[in-house]
Amino acid sequence: MAILEVKNLTLRFGGLTAVNDLSFGVDEGSITSLIGPNGAGKTSAFNCLTGFYKANEGDIVFDGKSLMKEKPHKITQLGMARTFQNLRLFKNMSVLENVMAGMHCRGSVGVVGSILHTPKQRAEEKKIKEYSEYCLDFVGILDKKERLARNLPYGDQRRVEWARALATKPKLILLDEPGAGLNYDEKDDLIKLIQRIREKLGITIFLIEHDMGLIMKVSEKIIVIDYGQKIAEGNAEEVQNNPRVIEAYLGKEEEDEAV
Amino acid sequence: MSTFDIILQQLINGLLIGSFYSLVALGYSMVYGIIMLLNFAHGDIYMAGAFVAFVMLAVVSPVLGAGWLGIVAAMIASMFLVGLLGVFIQRVAYRPMLGAPRLSILITAIGVSLVLYNSVMAITDGEFQAFTTDLGFAGVDVGSVHITYTQIILVVATAILMISLNWFISKTMYGKAMRAIALDKDACRLMGINVNKIIALTFFVGSSLAAAAGTMAGVYYGSIHFFMGFVIGLKAFTAAVIGGIGSIPGAMIGGLVLGLLEAAGTQLPFIGSEWKDVFAFGLLILLLVFRPTGILGKTEIERM
Amino acid sequence: MSVDNPRAREKEFPDVDGAVSKQTWVDRAYELFDNKKIRNSSLLGLAAVVLLIPTFGGNYVMEIFTNAFFYMVLCLGLNIVVGYAGLLDLGYAAFFAVGAYTTGILTAHFGMNFWLTIPFSVLFSAMAGIIIGGPTLRLRSDYLAIVTLGFGEITRITARNLEITGGASGLIGIDRPELFGLRLYQIQHFYYVFFVLVIIAIFVAVRLHHSRLGRAWQYIREDEDAAEAMGIDRVKFKLYAYIIGAVFGGVAGSFFAVKMTAISPQTFLFTQSAMILLAVVLGGMGKIPGMIVGAFVLVIFPEVFRAIGDLRMLFFGVVLLVIMLFRPQGIWPERRS
Repeated sequence: MAILEVKNLTLRFGGLTAVNDLSFGVDEGSITSLIGPNGAGKTSAFNCLTGFYKANEGDIVFDGKSLMKEKPHKITQLGMARTFQNLRLFKNMSVLENVMAGMHCRGSVGVVGSILHTPKQRAEEKKIKEYSEYCLDFVGILDKKERLARNLPYGDQRRVEWARALATKPKLILLDEPGAGLNYDEKDDLIKLIQRIREKLGITIFLIEHDMGLIMKVSEKIIVIDYGQKIAEGNAEEVQNNPRVIEAYLGKEEEDEAV
Repeated sequence: MSTFDIILQQLINGLLIGSFYSLVALGYSMVYGIIMLLNFAHGDIYMAGAFVAFVMLAVVSPVLGAGWLGIVAAMIASMFLVGLLGVFIQRVAYRPMLGAPRLSILITAIGVSLVLYNSVMAITDGEFQAFTTDLGFAGVDVGSVHITYTQIILVVATAILMISLNWFISKTMYGKAMRAIALDKDACRLMGINVNKIIALTFFVGSSLAAAAGTMAGVYYGSIHFFMGFVIGLKAFTAAVIGGIGSIPGAMIGGLVLGLLEAAGTQLPFIGSEWKDVFAFGLLILLLVFRPTGILGKTEIERM
Repeated sequence: MSVDNPRAREKEFPDVDGAVSKQTWVDRAYELFDNKKIRNSSLLGLAAVVLLIPTFGGNYVMEIFTNAFFYMVLCLGLNIVVGYAGLLDLGYAAFFAVGAYTTGILTAHFGMNFWLTIPFSVLFSAMAGIIIGGPTLRLRSDYLAIVTLGFGEITRITARNLEITGGASGLIGIDRPELFGLRLYQIQHFYYVFFVLVIIAIFVAVRLHHSRLGRAWQYIREDEDAAEAMGIDRVKFKLYAYIIGAVFGGVAGSFFAVKMTAISPQTFLFTQSAMILLAVVLGGMGKIPGMIVGAFVLVIFPEVFRAIGDLRMLFFGVVLLVIMLFRPQGIWPERRS
């Protein structure tokens, strides 16, 4: 069953069509990837899904609900979390505080509760802290919870982003180039982590990636887009052998490498 | 007065006030376009322009008289000096803050504004200064409406300034560099454009135009005051937003539109002239809510 | 205030990445204050001194302190907007005006008991916050700044032109309040009333700062998009900050009205808003002890330097610039480690 269904999605910036009549589904419990050459419209599509861009046409159905008119925060509340391609941490806050941001949308205490420290408020604060620590433990950096986010090494900053996204208790998590800037070992850990997120937390994973090795190892379904349009869909083998993909993507990549 | 006379009278009032708004709005818009800074002190630059022209007129009038010759000389001197003042402010207060959070740079601009108007207040003891000229009230009569030559010349002068600016921005190398910097500062650096110099030039041009407006306002109203820049700063910002902030033609049109609307507003029932400012600010708020990009502004696309 | 270290600002701005910040002696003094024992005992000592001031200080000293207490409440309120939520409000005096006029009109025209006017003052200032914040908070922060400036002017002009507000001359003869049968009219009465008000304001501000709301504000201030992606409704939380800030201003205004017994539009000029903002920036945006210090300096300064008279605002402008350029984190900045 598809947890996320994208139908005929189109996004235009003035004359440029960034996403063109794109349709695909992400099955519940799967690890699905969206790939394509630079500028193919991957991040634009992601931004439409998470509500940061308003798509011009089409429909996005998540968990049986259309997201076309929803704001980003509402979409996160509905159970779709994201990470950013370029890290977007709260740099001057502690690692734990960063992750607590994810729990924010699962809380409800308001002004009065915060001022009076009602029992409900205290219980909620405790829960937020505990679950945030659980998420940090899950990604393996609980020991760094008191450090300032900006003082962590890059790889650990990536982990904070993942923990923060997990703390929103999502059903589906969107990872925007999670492997960017990671070294070989870290990428290996990433693959294991992605699988653990799915196995242990039962969260569906949808990612954009450039690293073909990583994609092929981890994804069950791959959607390939170019110029905002879907050109292929299937498992790693099918996609790798698709002539259109080779032409659009792999061909280009070889050129890049030759330079 | 007949309805026609009232309309004509308000049209002239609106056009004149609108010209001042436009000239000041241009500086707001240019600076905002190039470094995304809302220069709160810009209204005070206008005020400084009026005061510098006032002093300059006193200096030149023994030789050139206080007629048009003297006024033009005073105005040019004021445009030059206040342009330099703008560059100085940019260099001392804004340039060190370019990498700072938005809030910090806004507060810095408030600080500049406080320093400017309070300095002038201290110098003038907070009194109105009579901006005396020898222009008189000669003019043409249309129906029962008397239009002075001064009014006509001021509107024409504004038009000349705007046309020159438009030429400067669209045709000269410097103007092109300004537009390029507004689009992408880093790319400009790579292309060998001296970004800091062009930003300084933008402040110079913007401040000069405000100084011209200040001088003309002094001539038109006959008196100047240290606080005269405060309300016009707000109004000019409104005008810039009406036209679409960052847009040069937008600022020109926005100023005229606001001037005319305000003049028309004073004729509405229940809105006397004491509510004029409320009318303008109310308009600003409505506009920002319903069309924050203004008439000619571009919609922004945010990047993740 | 330390201006000996022009590089100090670097550590405030992000991306300098763990820059080894040179500590000034001021920073070190404040670090001492982070020790709980030292903090609690010095706070207790301070409270005792403040409570005892009326017994040995004269009316003049009490007047200054009462005035400082009043500005502390305003600073703590504006700090929620500017320091916590990162929104520049240039028309804060408007909320203070709404509170003052609400109390003034209800007591003078309708003979209402002062204490009963406070809920109205809360209600009306909150409404003013919603009216101005609701539609504009989704805009860019600098647009908000100018809208608040316009709103401040609208409020003042409205007060000047309406009959119920007493026009340009304002309201006079606002009735003195009673508390447990005691009529409050002497300066020491107001001294204690305003002191209690400051304590309440600090309590509320501290609690909010360390709450789910306080964190949400900080997330929004650090990175709006990332906060939004975390499921934080930025418009809603900015509005909360705005309304709470407005209510602080409104309540302070109510007490101001009964202390002065007269209010006029002249009290709510842009200069007033600018001064409150100055105190917040001076003290260090976001930090509560900073607000206390900032408000105190704001009130004390013109008293100590009486000679400068009208140059006061000029001097404040220069101070504001010097702080922003050389020590943007204020006298008592928010600690970031």
